[in-house]
Amino acid sequence: MAKKVFGRPKSLKDKIFHYCPGCGHSIAHRLIAEVIDELDIRGITIGVPPAGCAVLAYNYLDVDMIEAPHGRGPAMASGIKRTLPDRIVFSYQGDGDLAAIGIAESFHAANRGENISVIFINNAVYGMTGGQMAPTTILNQKTTTSPAGRHKILDGYPVKVSEFFSQLEGVTYIERCMVNSPTNINKTRKAIKKSFQCQMDGMGFSLVEILSPCPTNWKMNPIDSCKWIDEVMSKTFPPGVFKDNTASVKKAAEGAS
Amino acid sequence: MNKVLMSGNNIIGEAAIRAGCRFYAGYPITPQNELTEYMAEHMRNAEDGVFIQSESEIAAINMVAGASAAGARVMTSSSSPGISLKQEGISSMAACELPGIIVNIMRGGPGLGNIRPSQGDYFQATRGGGHGDYRTIVFAPATCQELADLTMDAFDLADKYRTPVMILADGMMGQMMEPVIFKKPKKRIYSDDFILKGAGNGKSKFIRGLLLDVIDEEEHNWKLARKYSVITKNEIRREEHQIEDAQLVIVAYGTAARIAKGAIKRLRENGMKVGLFRPITLWPFPELQLRALAANVKNFLVFEMSTGQMLDDVRLSLQGYAHIDFHGRPGGAVPTPAELANVVARLYEKVD
Repeated sequence: MAKKVFGRPKSLKDKIFHYCPGCGHSIAHRLIAEVIDELDIRGITIGVPPAGCAVLAYNYLDVDMIEAPHGRGPAMASGIKRTLPDRIVFSYQGDGDLAAIGIAESFHAANRGENISVIFINNAVYGMTGGQMAPTTILNQKTTTSPAGRHKILDGYPVKVSEFFSQLEGVTYIERCMVNSPTNINKTRKAIKKSFQCQMDGMGFSLVEILSPCPTNWKMNPIDSCKWIDEVMSKTFPPGVFKDNTASVKKAAEGAS
Repeated sequence: MNKVLMSGNNIIGEAAIRAGCRFYAGYPITPQNELTEYMAEHMRNAEDGVFIQSESEIAAINMVAGASAAGARVMTSSSSPGISLKQEGISSMAACELPGIIVNIMRGGPGLGNIRPSQGDYFQATRGGGHGDYRTIVFAPATCQELADLTMDAFDLADKYRTPVMILADGMMGQMMEPVIFKKPKKRIYSDDFILKGAGNGKSKFIRGLLLDVIDEEEHNWKLARKYSVITKNEIRREEHQIEDAQLVIVAYGTAARIAKGAIKRLRENGMKVGLFRPITLWPFPELQLRALAANVKNFLVFEMSTGQMLDDVRLSLQGYAHIDFHGRPGGAVPTPAELANVVARLYEKVD
């Protein structure tokens, strides 16, 4: 019998995604499910999906989940994690959720060093509501509420979450990845795994920012969307590791014990 | 059981911890800071107790919602402007059927208002407060002993009906000291079915307030409405004070009811037969109990530290069967029993 080399992760329900063709959410969901399988933590994981396109994440991820009001995911995740410190708790958030309406909850959960993982989908636009300007919309990018392009004087600048959060002392690990090519998808999977591992080792707050295509609201086809991430979006939001204290935290913990 | 002398805000905290509250999140705001500080000091000594000073009232209510979903008995507290901020989360907890206690130590409003005791949040508390078709159980204690008893009861009711419960008091109640006896808390009854702990080897669960299918959302609303009618049937509480021979009955709650008792004492010393009807649950409102009084009493005076909010519920209850007058002191003003006695005495002349 042939060896099975590819299949549906156990932690992903057998359901068809409602996401638009070419959307990065379904890839991110799958990667989370793969990591949960790999770390064998399905039974102890609790996820907090956001308001936004991913509000229905509980239809796909086969772990316990509770939906948070818009932007409040990290506050809710903090409440869950502090109540059940031995569970693996993650919040899944879009750019409006994390960097606009929920910036306070996200910032302070990070600053408290809550031992949770945040998966942050940055697609430079409000997806579910139909393509309005997001805090991460890049300069000159046209959206339904910046029809002439984002203007730095009128609209301010795109918020660079990974750069900004990496300044917080409470944060242990932050990486920005992309899901626009097989290589980048693999890198993203490794980053998500590292984030969950960081939490399992009790090392505190971590965040994985994922540059993710939104062909529908970018008014591009999926291939051009992937190219746009490489050629335009990643110039404002360069991928890379912005903070990684995992080695020193581990060393300090070993020294203490 | 020992009697102890404590201030209102501290009593709520102590009663909550004795009732098994193990998660508290809050943000400083006067006049309820003593409660937040009490929880900071005492949660750390409670087994598995968690205290978080949150970055905002919005964060606090959502932390509490998360902890509630994870199975803890939870509480948050604030005062009027902060309670407005919590409404998004309270609506969400009602929708998701998460138990939790919200304490509102009311101050003068609207807006930032002032930090004096007031009763201006009655509408907000009794009409749900946030968006959507829901209610919260609202307790209005009038003594420190009631603060202790009702705080403990609030946790039991929140679990029983899987709904947020509000303790609605004011700056006066929060700050004053009275001797109090803490009763023995009941054992918690709450099914694991409603708690997220991770799926283990079983089926995963989710808790949500978003129901995109109209029929599902409609049914969810009716389900909540059925629950609210059970609460209305079973959980109404009120006190009737010297109403047996009363020609005029004052309707008041919380601090206003205490002032009314002082006024009634003076009035009765002068031969005026005045009684008090005090709703202890503001929602559900003791509608039928109040209407029953109208068989014998034809004159009511609603007295509130507001421009007249509970007044609406009294009108709805009495349905024109009796005459209703109103006396109010909004904006943080707290009248003396003598002032109220003068108001009642003038009305009483007309009754005779």
